[in-house]
Amino acid sequence: MNTTTLFFQLFQNMLVLLAAPLLLGWVNNCRAWMQGRSAAGIFQPYRSLAKLFHKDAVLAHNASPLFRHTPYLLFVSMWLAAAMVPVLAIDLPLSAAVDVIALVGIFALARVFIALAAMDIGTSFGTLGARREMLISFLAEPALLMVFFTASMIAHSTSLTTIVETLAHKQFVIHPSLAFAGIAFLMVLLAENARIPVDNPSTHLELTMIHEAMILEYSARHLALIEWASAIKLFAYITIGIALFLPFGIAEAGNWGALPFALVILALKLAAAGFGLALLESVSAKLRIFRAPEYLGTAFLLAVLGILTLNLLKV
Amino acid sequence: MTLAQQLINLFAALLLLISFAMLSQRRVLTLINLFAWQGLILAISAAVVAWTSHQHHLYYSAGLTLLLKVLVLPWLLHRLIRKLQIKWDVETLFNIPTTMLIGIVMVVFAFNLALPISALSATVTKSTLGIALACVLLSFMMMITRRKAVPQVIGFLAMENGLFFAATSATYGMPMVVELGIALDVLVGTFIFGIFFFHIRETFDSLDIKHMEKLKED
Repeated sequence: MNTTTLFFQLFQNMLVLLAAPLLLGWVNNCRAWMQGRSAAGIFQPYRSLAKLFHKDAVLAHNASPLFRHTPYLLFVSMWLAAAMVPVLAIDLPLSAAVDVIALVGIFALARVFIALAAMDIGTSFGTLGARREMLISFLAEPALLMVFFTASMIAHSTSLTTIVETLAHKQFVIHPSLAFAGIAFLMVLLAENARIPVDNPSTHLELTMIHEAMILEYSARHLALIEWASAIKLFAYITIGIALFLPFGIAEAGNWGALPFALVILALKLAAAGFGLALLESVSAKLRIFRAPEYLGTAFLLAVLGILTLNLLKV
Repeated sequence: MTLAQQLINLFAALLLLISFAMLSQRRVLTLINLFAWQGLILAISAAVVAWTSHQHHLYYSAGLTLLLKVLVLPWLLHRLIRKLQIKWDVETLFNIPTTMLIGIVMVVFAFNLALPISALSATVTKSTLGIALACVLLSFMMMITRRKAVPQVIGFLAMENGLFFAATSATYGMPMVVELGIALDVLVGTFIFGIFFFHIRETFDSLDIKHMEKLKED
């Protein structure tokens, strides 16, 4: 690891941290346009975060240290996950430290803590949200792993760097299995980020909310950190999708000349992904909660089919 | 692997995807549209096989598929369900996740079954035989797990699609006479099914075929 790659890593860390709310704002803006509402501007998430950071935090009397520490843990683990996905450049120092299975593990760690914190206060909403979150995530996680395995089997490695290198730099090959994996990944992305077919990010209706129910007890800086972490999580998932399925235009670490081009390409891809997400959310309706297992079962099945077709079509 | 081969593999994967989508679909209208898409992909893949292997008779079968399975049959089915006024949700015997899991097992079975056969074959499309077989099995299962008559018929037609794809991938298609015969069979079959639907409904006031299990009226 030399200094240049270290600078690249730091640059990506800051980019992930600062661009994540922008992406969220862009998605919300697109959705507002499509639904004929006037949009709040793409910088609205920054304003909300600033507002929350300036408020005084209120904690329940029976809140344990776990409740207070969870936002920080959540924030750091999401930041770590987003920072090690090779989006701007490959061969980052952090990417070498963790592979795709560890990445799923980091997401799982954050999820365990947020669910525990939700149950910590003892309100019925928190418990309800935590249970629903667990129902969704225990089905989404194997599907996500299978998607990663499909890509890993193509690249013969579970390291994200090698996967992206293989997919981006080899000559053009159509992988039908990646089409299956792509659809499965999209379904998991929507479910894991509390997006429309499974959860509605903009509702506080008690019958339907999942993610919002878990964080009802948080306020001020804790809530700000959790909201920021959710934005980074969405950013991380979208960049994982870009890394696996549209990895062209990526720079080598330490190659400053390729960086502006990679940055422009990434911005374009993110804008397109955000627009697509908003479109998808506008045209689809929320599923009943008991349809969610079916939805995620389909995602798992598609990912398994991806692996199967990969094995069959490998001549 | 050449580009044509990759394209055929991609179309094969899409066919499998559509088969699964049909298996998990609850609505009759969407089912018919999916069937039309399946026919379209089948026609394109047959044309690609024809182009890459210089088998000119495959162009005719691609055209025939396009005409019959993308235009005529879906139009007939649409007209049928409009006349019968059935837009209900399809009732399945098992719940959908169970059906999908059984479907996966069948895909694994079909892939393993096809491996030794495709090792014998020398065509460019040999690796897609497993997918063709899986499509046939999945459509077959759709026929078994649906309770109403219209989805069963769509399952039957989808099975014919799978068979056609199997023939293309294993031996570059069947002789023209056989293909024409099958096409006519399918067309006439759909007409007869259509007439049957009306008779079933007139007799039982429903298209649920469980009424037909009884031999006597009580």
